[in-house]
Amino acid sequence: MASACMQLCSCLLRLKTTRIVLQYTSRAQKCPVASSGVPVMSSILHSAHTSFLTRPSSRLRLRRSYSTTNAHTSLKKDIEALPELSAGEVVPYNNPLSQQLRDGMTSTEVQQISLDLDTAARLSPLDEISDQEALRLDVPSALPPASFSLRDYVDESETLSKLVQLGVKLWKLEQRPNVGSMLLKLDFHTDVAPRLVFLKEIGVEDSRLGHIVTHNPFILTESLENLRARVAYLRSKKFSSEGVASMVSRAPYLLNFSVQRLDNRLGFYQQQLGLSTQKTRELVGRLPRLLCGSLEPVKENLKVFQLELGFRENEIQHIVMTIPKVLTANKKKLTHIFDYVHNTMNVPQSLIVKFPQVMNSKYLRIQERHLFLQYLRKAQYDPALPNYISLDRLVSLPDQDFCTELASATLEDFELFLKTL
Amino acid sequence: MSTQSIRVFRKLEGLFSVYKPKGVHWKLVRDTVETNILKGINAAPPSAPRLRVKFLLGPGGSKSSSDLTLSAASLPALSDHPLVSGPEFQQVRVGVGHRLDAFSSGVLVLGVGHGNKALKDLYGSCVTRDYILEGEFGMATNNFTHTGTVIEKTTYDHITRDKLEKVLAMMQGVNQKALLVYSNVDMSSQEAYELAVKGALRPDGKTPPIMLGLRCLHFQPPHFTLEVQCINETQRYLCKVLHEVGLELRSSAFCKGVRRTRDGPFILRDTLTRHHWAAPDVMQAIQHYRSLTKAPKHTRMDTNSTITGTQEDNHTDNQWQEKGGKEAIAPLN
Repeated sequence: MASACMQLCSCLLRLKTTRIVLQYTSRAQKCPVASSGVPVMSSILHSAHTSFLTRPSSRLRLRRSYSTTNAHTSLKKDIEALPELSAGEVVPYNNPLSQQLRDGMTSTEVQQISLDLDTAARLSPLDEISDQEALRLDVPSALPPASFSLRDYVDESETLSKLVQLGVKLWKLEQRPNVGSMLLKLDFHTDVAPRLVFLKEIGVEDSRLGHIVTHNPFILTESLENLRARVAYLRSKKFSSEGVASMVSRAPYLLNFSVQRLDNRLGFYQQQLGLSTQKTRELVGRLPRLLCGSLEPVKENLKVFQLELGFRENEIQHIVMTIPKVLTANKKKLTHIFDYVHNTMNVPQSLIVKFPQVMNSKYLRIQERHLFLQYLRKAQYDPALPNYISLDRLVSLPDQDFCTELASATLEDFELFLKTL
Repeated sequence: MSTQSIRVFRKLEGLFSVYKPKGVHWKLVRDTVETNILKGINAAPPSAPRLRVKFLLGPGGSKSSSDLTLSAASLPALSDHPLVSGPEFQQVRVGVGHRLDAFSSGVLVLGVGHGNKALKDLYGSCVTRDYILEGEFGMATNNFTHTGTVIEKTTYDHITRDKLEKVLAMMQGVNQKALLVYSNVDMSSQEAYELAVKGALRPDGKTPPIMLGLRCLHFQPPHFTLEVQCINETQRYLCKVLHEVGLELRSSAFCKGVRRTRDGPFILRDTLTRHHWAAPDVMQAIQHYRSLTKAPKHTRMDTNSTITGTQEDNHTDNQWQEKGGKEAIAPLN
């Protein structure tokens, strides 16, 4: 408890200053979190570097080391304006209950401060003080030393408030382990701003910056040389600048991968699918997350297409170029849909290749619509015969249009039919 | 402090039924409905953020750096910003009544929030459920459905409609006897006679599956359709019933589809199909059931538990009332 109170006073957001203003010696501090009201003894000064009371590990940690980072806050002016005091000077304080410890204290400086308990005892909270002294009294904000949520720190932290203004969903980020602490440690002007400027330079729109940081907060800790090198690599592969910007905004993790890994993946897609460079560029530009995820599911999906579903290579190429998403689709779903369309609806493979949208849709949708058309005796998928219904229209039309155009029935009839399935 | 979201949530508390499609696990249905309800609730505008008084330091009048003046300003607290606090509702309690396995489809009763209390009472009380079973003669499988491995194949030319009806009547008789046994009333007492006259002889609590009514809707060999009214059943038991019908007819049968058309007072007409699993439709359905339970009902005396062509609605209302369902639903009013 005592050390927790100690940490409380080491406000993360205080400016590092060697001008220690140790205004009082006994640590009678009111700890809002602990709300113990117990005067903390001076021995705590020596335990300035003790670790926190162990709490559940998911809590955000505010370590005293933060105080030595360059954390600029709006309160900087406040501290600079106060009279300079040399290290070790003891200014008798008048309010034993106010929290007046500044951070930046190292253990050596701690020992230099003489503990004047008698001075503390002589002063009383009811004494009148002058305006000058009142101004010097600094009330540190009641920040909890550890918290589950970034809500407690967002008002005080410049980084966090600027991120909220950018549109970053802090509530999502704080659920990920250690991300909250990482964001608190960042300094806006030296860490965050250069990377945001870099993203703007490569062409990412302002409205997308929040989305990118929400999904990939680690872009703010990636070194700028690496980021530049990866963008340069993509440009060298003849991706246009708008293309690169669009890829980064749709796949936020893209620039966290090394050049070698990106190269590996581009090579894989080109080889496995047998596509030209232009087509590979188009494929990756349409679905940039192909470069981000693992290649094993893609390899398995390609094998499914080849062996289980029996498509030839040029057919697979056509399907993948039309619907890149099938490369990362669920295998069970693919086989289930193909089995239904090919065996139950009796649609030949050539027709499925012509309309690959069918592989991307929901199984229930295909099933319900097909059974409805079958009930109405309109389920005819052969282009040679009259009253032909194309697969892409069957799957992509919204319900109202499907009922009126394809089935010539009302939506209510469709609903009633669904309840008989 | 009642925000917009909380008001929307209050309207969404209650019981309603959805139509579970075939081949889908009931948990998926419940999760989808929960996600959609959450979307609807969180779409409401958030309340205004709290204001915090901040003392901002500004340059003093005398232009000296040591002179500072504090000015008070009332600013909205960023900790109440929706991007920091997140959506107001992150989870909603959606409960499922009598579950349906993945092979079956039909009426699935769900309860939201406080409606789960009524759902629990409904689940505990002995309400009857209606099923439509589609069967086919000629094969017997290991799990009694068309998805299992075939165990034997038989002929079915000798089966006629009246033979089928005889078998069904025999099965119904057996179940009637079981009904009387499990109603926990001494058969040779005056009380038993009076209850039987009123048709109020009902089992209570744990019983094995009992079919209160069984009839053939459609017969065209090898396909046939049965309608069943039962209590305490499982869908697998019903498939087994079909199998036994086949055995009784010196042939074999398997089940091609199980469809629940009624669960207590929740009928097929008011269920929500997949396209309507969203907050506004759910609100409407809940309002509908609330109005149903508010309307005064007269107890229709049921002469026998067989399906004699009485309307299903009144039959269900009767059942619902007898089992004290009214008290169960009362908290919703």
